[in-house]
Amino acid sequence: MSTADGVATASRVPPREGDPEITPELVAEHGLSVDEYERVRKVMGRDPTFTELGVFSAMWSEHCGYKNSKRLLRLLPTKAPWVIQGPGENAGVIDVGDGYALAFKIESHNHPSAVEPYQGAATGVGGILRDIFTMGARPVAVLDSLRFGDLDTPRVRYLFEGVVRGIGDYGNCMGIPNIGGEVVFDRGYEGNPIVNAMCLGLMKKEDLITASATGVGNTLMAVGARTGRDGIHGATFASEELSDDSDEASRPRVQVGDPFTEKLLLEASLELIKSGAILGIQDMGAAGITSSASEMAGRAGNGVEIDMALVPVREEGMTPYEILLSESQERMLVVAEKGREDEVTRILEKWELEAAVIGTVTDDGLFRVLEGGQVVADIPALPLTDGCPTYEREGVEGEEVQKLRAMDLTEHLIPEGDLTPTFLMLLGSPNVASKRWVYEQYDTTVRTSTAIRPGGDAGVVRIRGTKRAVAATADCNGRFVYLSPRTGAKIAVAEAARNLVCVGALPTAITNNLNFGNPLKPHIYFQLREAVLGMAEACEMFETPVTGGNVSLFNETDGRAIYPTPVIGMVGVVEDVDTLVQHAFREPGDDIVLLGENLGEMGGSEYLYVTADLVAGEPPTVDLGAERELQQAVLRMAHEQLLRSAHDCSEGGIACTLAEAAIGNGEQPLGVEVSLDDDLRPVQSLFAESQGRIVVSCAPSSTDAVLAIAEEHGVRARRIGQVKPGEEGFSVTARDASIAADPKAMTAAYFGAIPGIMNAPSATGA
Amino acid sequence: MKVAVVTFPGSNCDYDLYKAVQQVGGTPTFVWHRDRGLEGYDAVFLPGGFSYGDYLRPGAIAHLSPVMEDVIAFARSGGPVLGICNGFQVMCEAGLLPGALVRNAEIKFRSHDIFVRVERADTPFTSHYEQGQVLRIPIAHGDGNYEADEETLRRLEGENQIVFRYTDAAGEPTEASNPNGSHANIAGIVNAEGNVLGMMPHPERAMESVLGSTDGVGMFTSMLANLSGAAG
Repeated sequence: MSTADGVATASRVPPREGDPEITPELVAEHGLSVDEYERVRKVMGRDPTFTELGVFSAMWSEHCGYKNSKRLLRLLPTKAPWVIQGPGENAGVIDVGDGYALAFKIESHNHPSAVEPYQGAATGVGGILRDIFTMGARPVAVLDSLRFGDLDTPRVRYLFEGVVRGIGDYGNCMGIPNIGGEVVFDRGYEGNPIVNAMCLGLMKKEDLITASATGVGNTLMAVGARTGRDGIHGATFASEELSDDSDEASRPRVQVGDPFTEKLLLEASLELIKSGAILGIQDMGAAGITSSASEMAGRAGNGVEIDMALVPVREEGMTPYEILLSESQERMLVVAEKGREDEVTRILEKWELEAAVIGTVTDDGLFRVLEGGQVVADIPALPLTDGCPTYEREGVEGEEVQKLRAMDLTEHLIPEGDLTPTFLMLLGSPNVASKRWVYEQYDTTVRTSTAIRPGGDAGVVRIRGTKRAVAATADCNGRFVYLSPRTGAKIAVAEAARNLVCVGALPTAITNNLNFGNPLKPHIYFQLREAVLGMAEACEMFETPVTGGNVSLFNETDGRAIYPTPVIGMVGVVEDVDTLVQHAFREPGDDIVLLGENLGEMGGSEYLYVTADLVAGEPPTVDLGAERELQQAVLRMAHEQLLRSAHDCSEGGIACTLAEAAIGNGEQPLGVEVSLDDDLRPVQSLFAESQGRIVVSCAPSSTDAVLAIAEEHGVRARRIGQVKPGEEGFSVTARDASIAADPKAMTAAYFGAIPGIMNAPSATGA
Repeated sequence: MKVAVVTFPGSNCDYDLYKAVQQVGGTPTFVWHRDRGLEGYDAVFLPGGFSYGDYLRPGAIAHLSPVMEDVIAFARSGGPVLGICNGFQVMCEAGLLPGALVRNAEIKFRSHDIFVRVERADTPFTSHYEQGQVLRIPIAHGDGNYEADEETLRRLEGENQIVFRYTDAAGEPTEASNPNGSHANIAGIVNAEGNVLGMMPHPERAMESVLGSTDGVGMFTSMLANLSGAAG
């Protein structure tokens, strides 16, 4: 057996004919530092071969080895009684009741999407789906969290259009409904779009399977698509900064997706798991066969021996190096029980796919690779998977941010009087406006279980045969994180939780996607560390442990980093689908109640971005204890069926929250009559993005009960107005200012904004 | 009502259709595309999805599956066959219905609720609706734009073979209510004999109020009432 120090020594491996000599330049090209290479030599007890160098390069990349984030990730809470599987597997798994378990995870495909948006995004969806069904769960919902630059450049529109089409084509073909997510436009993402895809899968608890190479003597089989030369070194690519010439040069490192094969692979994998013929299964995702085989060995404390000559390939003449590092899509590695290989092959053949025996599970703790019987790599498995050096970097806050945060915003708070034009401008800003243009390209109703579709606070899928449902949301306001990483991260968790309680779901666990710049820069490492600390604190408070996720660093173009964007994918449980709440007002005459305080915090707001082209100021404060009380209060109101609607306050402030609730799905927009009597400037009352606020509506007969529950939880609550028929207009006053708009015109602005930009004749491609 | 739900590689609404049949008290069975023999079934359903990944053309490869010979024979002998979405596309490719479903006019995939007006309530598939009734049903397709030559279109209108038309909520077949550019807002048609129906909207997705609409139930109860024991 090997130890983490690599005591189990690798055997001597002669250099393979035709392989380049290992030089310091070659080591550097593989993304390994001088110190890291020394560590490789220590683990190996000798110089690595070219093939071995490639393996280390992939496994010790940021993408696979988490070398700059692992120490921070340890700070996150990961346990709760309902957590069945925490971090370290293909996906996290929680108990959702009635014998069901939910597997869920989020993953990024930022770099590939930046150079080839359609395939980059499509394969991102493919990868996250495989992470879910390799746990034994059937994927039941997809969400996506997307960020682009402002839509005013052809390049950004090209990326946006391609990413959305890629996600749609893949998910639609697979027959997995898309139930929500978020789309953000801000120049902070101009060079590096953020494409995070999240998947939820349901299974009976007993169907859980993990990715371990257990049982010495068992057989390793490659199943699904053949291995080609696409995506070689994708994992290393994902761990670098982009530059102007990344586009052309990096395209060969982007994989190509085939959702039809994936659909067959999904059905075949679930059938394999049910058959009991396999003991473990893992996606050949980032770093392909290398990571799947070595990680499965590492988890079981075993070794593996695989022969590259047995791997079905698409083209002749592929070297072991290429086969090991290919990221061709729609492939799986399975551990079949010895003697049941034919059963595995028969199931794959039924689904018109291939299966090939490529190796065995061994007891020597080594990741051994053969080429037609000749050893070409022989590496202690555990140091390879767990021995990646981890770093704590220097973290110092950037000066630019400190200046932005200290900026005096007073001059922007002056406007009063008729604020209707400002309001309509905000409602039509792509960040606030409806994302219908996006989600209408996604199948949202296939599998006939979608109880709440995209467009509301959170998506919901019911669990067939029970009264239960699971809810999910993906959230982050990168501007807030940029201005104050710790606070911003707390806000991301708090907003996700508010979104869940707004539909009546109990926040249960999270998966996170940490999208950041280059952590070797002190101001970026500062953002990363602070964000993790904020996230940890919020997750502790809300009892929403982190069950896994993804880290995407080096999101920089020409030295300029994205906003730090720790996306929170949060899931929640609904015990009774009959108690679901939606965001739209329903009945004229209903009371509108504001839960939480209007604090008038304008820093990082959409108002500042739209009216002053500014991302500045102190972001809103967040009181986690108060958030938790608010969550509990709203959940009680939902369970007692007191609410007609509930909607979180976020971008665009309370004015836009009210507008979205009034517009609903646009079929029958309603009006409101609301008066805000805060001791604030009108702009602050209407457009501030202070946290901890939810707008609910209820029948007047329920208002006292709603206010009483709020009081019990110490949540400030007040009736601010009434829902009106659409003809009576949308009227909101705040001291000396007012908004008066026709709900039909609001509906047109809200739904028409993004199509207006994307369908304009000038908007065709880059 | 014993229903064969035919599954092609890439079908993804097969399970939804199966559950819809079960919900109204019918007995569904999955029939894999390579299996043969449809004797003993009261009806055959071709589900939605992306058979063969829509490669070449939606339905173009699936219609060559072994089971399709039996589906065609079943239909020719008067057996009721329903095709939804990709199932409709397969039917057109197989010549069970005239015309073709081409790329949506706006090119993009469209997924949302639409309204259709029931043009005929005298088919075995629609007898539980009123003629002129407006239904709210989801669509989800990229190739739902119904096209046919002039003569076929005249015949469909003349022989009253159009069963569903896209309309607004009030039942008016406006241009704005047509989600894909289909000729004459055609959403579903039946063959001249009245036993083969193809439609793009998904009635199996409008079966429960928790999903947003129950307007699809009528199709399945109609079939249950009309088709049980129809075949020997």
